[in-house]
Amino acid sequence: MKPSQWVRALITVIGLVGIAVAAQAADDKLVLTGSSTIAPLALEIGKRFEKLNPGVRVDVQSGGSSRGVADARSGLADIGMASRALKPEENDLMAHTIAMDGVGVILNSGNPVQALSDEQIKAIYTGRIRNWKEVGGNDARITVVNKAEGHSTLELFLHHFALKNSEIKADVVIGDNEQGIKTVAGNPVAIGYVSIGTAEFDAAQGTPIKLLPMAGVAATVANVRDGRFPLSRPLNLVTKDTPSGLAKRFIDFARSDKVNDLVEAQFFVPLAR
Amino acid sequence: MIWSKPSSLSRWHDDRWLAPPLALLAAVAALILLLVLAFLLSEAWPVVNGDGWWRFFSNEGWYPLEGRFGLLPMLWASLAAAFGAVLLAAPLGLAGAIFTRFYAPPFIVKPFRIVLALLAGIPSVVYGLWGLTVLVPLIARWQPPGASLFTAILILALMILPTVALTSASALNSVPRSLLHGAAALGLIRTGIVLGVAVPAARGAILGGILLATARALGETMAVLMVAGNVVQNPTGLFEPVRVLTANIALEMSYATGVHRAGLFASGLMLTLLVLALAWLAARIVRRTHYA
Repeated sequence: MKPSQWVRALITVIGLVGIAVAAQAADDKLVLTGSSTIAPLALEIGKRFEKLNPGVRVDVQSGGSSRGVADARSGLADIGMASRALKPEENDLMAHTIAMDGVGVILNSGNPVQALSDEQIKAIYTGRIRNWKEVGGNDARITVVNKAEGHSTLELFLHHFALKNSEIKADVVIGDNEQGIKTVAGNPVAIGYVSIGTAEFDAAQGTPIKLLPMAGVAATVANVRDGRFPLSRPLNLVTKDTPSGLAKRFIDFARSDKVNDLVEAQFFVPLAR
Repeated sequence: MIWSKPSSLSRWHDDRWLAPPLALLAAVAALILLLVLAFLLSEAWPVVNGDGWWRFFSNEGWYPLEGRFGLLPMLWASLAAAFGAVLLAAPLGLAGAIFTRFYAPPFIVKPFRIVLALLAGIPSVVYGLWGLTVLVPLIARWQPPGASLFTAILILALMILPTVALTSASALNSVPRSLLHGAAALGLIRTGIVLGVAVPAARGAILGGILLATARALGETMAVLMVAGNVVQNPTGLFEPVRVLTANIALEMSYATGVHRAGLFASGLMLTLLVLALAWLAARIVRRTHYA
């Protein structure tokens, strides 16, 4: 190429990049980041929102509730996703609940134990109870299944039982819900905790697990919706200020009953309206 | 463009223009490694900067959200799992290679090679899923909880077995015929030729292959994550659950922010240094045996 051609090519490239940047900055794009629990749901809601509002793009990236909160605060994302209530030090932000999720304690269905008290669960997870016969089961050592650090399910569990992660004496540490369910399904002496929606679905599909009631309340989707189940959490969209414009329209849409089927398809619980 | 200057022995023929671009491309490959290291270091810096390097070894336990960053148990676990797997896979792989090279009838050799190549091509997550749903429950019935260092070693051994077998086989194949013929002419029996001449002559390349397999075992993530139990503790027993460095990153990375994230990059840095040390060792061994 001649020098003049080089220059022309360079100008073209710069022009294209400029257009791309301008498109990014345009007002018809919405960026959501945060909780990997909410991300699949937000993606589905985003698709429907895009269909109803031609020209709008909804970009969803997962990365944990903490990232969702941090990105909403720093402005990296228009909307953050957090699968928990906001902490006191986060009260500079606004939370908009779009659905509920419950965390349920699961056992292998071959385990004769039918219920455990909060105190017993706490004792099992901290290693003070190590054998199932101490809580009315068979004479067998308990396999404690815990979640890896950073997962919001773990946070919710620790918060509810007022534990620190370093106090838990785990035998198996898992990443996602499915891995936990497969671990408990394959081990008759295991105890674990996962999202109720996922567990209820898998149990209905014939996976050999059962959900334990907590404080006398059955671990069902219905009880999570009512807010009666103790170990439940809200799925929140987080914004820095009172939402306006596109963000407000998206949040209103995500909170409306037009997305109930999407919420249920992800095994979460729609809001009681 | 040799036509302009026919002497290809000349250092100054027209092909010289090829050298700088090639050197540049080669430099890019090397530079990327340096960039990766620099990136890991800069991302891990927030943790290193606080209490210094030593905290990765002195802190008790890995609770990044509580400010505890002990990586040592995971380092030991990584090493234990990788070397356990090599201990299992190396003799099996070498035996397979010797069998196919010297003893097996030809109609077995080809299918055997194909099976090995297929085994090498199965994605690691498939091994992991099989381990989680079949192997772990099986071992749990014998030694609960089932997910343990032992299970990880078994899965890893299965995964690196083809690497060891294939590299050993090609090493044995490249032993000069004249050596084997000479040994035969001296009246050695076949066992003597194989164990006394062929294997020692190929030992450099065989060891190189084993070290390559070790590096793969150290770097394996998904399969180990699914079967090892992932509890951060020193590997004191075969049936204790352990967490390896790679699994640590995969388990927590998508949820980590701030110092926690930096701690995970520190695990990555430690793993990279470990693999580099191994590669250096491999290069040394291969070079030394080559000139012996």
